[in-house]
Amino acid sequence: MTPIPRRARRPLSTPAAAVVAAASSGGLSRRALLGTGMAAGAGVALAGCAPPKPPSGSAGLTNLDLPEDVSDAEKILKWANWTAYLDMNGKETKSPTLEAFMQQTGIEVSYSEDIDDNDSYYAKVAPQLRANQSIDRDIFTLTDWMAGRVIRDQLCQPLELIQMPNVVGNLLQPLKDVSFDPGRNFSITWQSGFAGIGYNRDKVGRELKSLDDLWTDDLKGRVVVLSEFRDTAGLVMQSQGVDIDSDWGRAEFESALDFIEQKIEEGYIRKVKGNSYMEDLTSGNAVAGITWSGDIFVLAYDTGDPAWTFTIPESGGTLWSDNLMVPITATHRKNAQRLMDYYYDPAVAAQVAAWVNYVCPVDGAQAEMEKIDPELAESPWIFPTADFIAERNIQQFRALGADEDIEFADLWSTKVMGN
Amino acid sequence: MSGLAQVAGDPGVSRAAPAPESTKRSRTAYLLLLPGALWLGVFFVLPLVQLASVSLQSRYPGFPGYYYRDVNVENYVSALTDYAPHFARSFLYAGLATLLAFVVAYPLAYAMAFKAGRWRNLMMICVIAPFFTSFILRTFAWSQILADEGWVARTLDVLHLLPGGHIINTPVAVVAGLTYNFLPFMVLPIYASLERADPRVIEAGGDLYANGFTTFRTVTLPMSMPGVLAGTLLTFIPAAGDFVNMELLGPQRGKMVGNVINDQFLAIPGGYPVAAALSFTLMAAILAMVFLYVRRFGTEELV
Repeated sequence: MTPIPRRARRPLSTPAAAVVAAASSGGLSRRALLGTGMAAGAGVALAGCAPPKPPSGSAGLTNLDLPEDVSDAEKILKWANWTAYLDMNGKETKSPTLEAFMQQTGIEVSYSEDIDDNDSYYAKVAPQLRANQSIDRDIFTLTDWMAGRVIRDQLCQPLELIQMPNVVGNLLQPLKDVSFDPGRNFSITWQSGFAGIGYNRDKVGRELKSLDDLWTDDLKGRVVVLSEFRDTAGLVMQSQGVDIDSDWGRAEFESALDFIEQKIEEGYIRKVKGNSYMEDLTSGNAVAGITWSGDIFVLAYDTGDPAWTFTIPESGGTLWSDNLMVPITATHRKNAQRLMDYYYDPAVAAQVAAWVNYVCPVDGAQAEMEKIDPELAESPWIFPTADFIAERNIQQFRALGADEDIEFADLWSTKVMGN
Repeated sequence: MSGLAQVAGDPGVSRAAPAPESTKRSRTAYLLLLPGALWLGVFFVLPLVQLASVSLQSRYPGFPGYYYRDVNVENYVSALTDYAPHFARSFLYAGLATLLAFVVAYPLAYAMAFKAGRWRNLMMICVIAPFFTSFILRTFAWSQILADEGWVARTLDVLHLLPGGHIINTPVAVVAGLTYNFLPFMVLPIYASLERADPRVIEAGGDLYANGFTTFRTVTLPMSMPGVLAGTLLTFIPAAGDFVNMELLGPQRGKMVGNVINDQFLAIPGGYPVAAALSFTLMAAILAMVFLYVRRFGTEELV
């Protein structure tokens, strides 16, 4: 057995040294010591909040400083995901697909549903990642635009596509080249979904076909819209004739915000909310709104009320995806890649889709779904055809540049979110 | 040292204390202070210094969420000019909630102290019971109670007392939520000072031919002032910085300053400095108000 080498004692930092000197000199009173300690404390605090340097930006991958990967030694993996986003057994304690993965590979996966909202999760982990600290997760799941921001800020690791044959082979063609991550070097789609109009047909008493159908007197104050501006402003921009996936600028965005602001002022829109808009629909405060597709199916299932309807407005809807990514400080990238590849096995993907009811990004999963539930295999909300998407003018909100990202978030926050 | 002895116990002990003991005692006092001082240092002074530093930083152009160290007073200018209405609203709603809480709490505390008899403990438990549940959950419960299809809104609607059609998502709901959530902080200090009042002094008021109201006005109320002062502070300060009630019960327009700080921290890339500046401004404003208030209404001793 080799003895563990003793580490040389590190020299004390200046404030600490001052404290030690003061204490050992003996001549100083406690009060003086306390004063030194306070000054040292303030010094440490100021040093601690030195803002991190932004990434150099100019050279991409080659400039990344990746941590050592210990996947071979440590068979573990920690995955941060959203609520109700993975197949679960009856008691909702274990995921059958995840259990099978652990059996198959011997990798112990700890799965936590700790993402509630892109912004708040980013606000929590980004400062740690920038300071090059571990966030104790090897995979996090972020929506397209946030994935774009994380890639731009170099807060995630590049993926080795060559190690993931299932992903390369089965990722749906339109998802192979997305604007925020050309060539998918950093992110792999987990699930996708639509934003459109969700409403209760019985309570509304008629069919809602276009966005303008929401702004009528009988629905005044009973409409909620999403706080994700890419969905709400996106839908409004589409109704104003903008192709949200092509080039448009601040003027188009602002005119959509003016419209939404006006609808709030006039009392048509009651609240602008995150995922908690579901509560307003359940409690009856709202009967219609701009919502996400899967939620409305869950609502219909949970309340046992088939009158809950999801539809894409005539002017078009948005398509978004959430993406699996590896944080820059994670040390189990290879394990993460094995998991990503595993979920691109069509049979596994179909199992997940049958439970979460969101758009499945895996080619071949539809055929597998036939075996699980032929009815779901026909659902355009899980397996939309290219025609379905084109006919309904379903588009992705274009990726924003770094400056626009701040500028538009600021505009949205001041004009719409509140104040 | 003598002050310390007074704090430490009743005067009898301090009188009996021999001289050589006192140095030893003061050392013990410092040791006893240590955990508190450390706690304050680590969890109050350090974060405050950090917050002060952040509030003066500037955004790194082109990199959302990155900052460089700076002395950017612009953050404070923006906090004061762009968000002045939010500050005003916060203080207005917190003030209203404090007033309402006082109106509800005083009779309750009075009844508990003088009239409750054997029901006193039960009433005490009822006042404290809400603390057994999370603040957020209780506010969620209120959003259910005040919902459009809840009985409160339905009843008022039938009586034609609901012009806007709903209670929830209005400032009324916010003030009601704030009042409810901070009520125990008003009740308990008032109760404590009333309960401590010497009943013989109040009886003396009657003996001197004062009627019930005069006795209350000239004897009972002044005796409870320390409790009222503490109660109003404990209610107003957290209510002014609260954002949960506005978030869950409030309207889409007309937010409070707490919501702006929350948004700047969590929703806007690069909002940290403005959020920190807003927090500091809020702290300073509350401190100034409390100072003036205590100077004006303060009594010798707080509860």
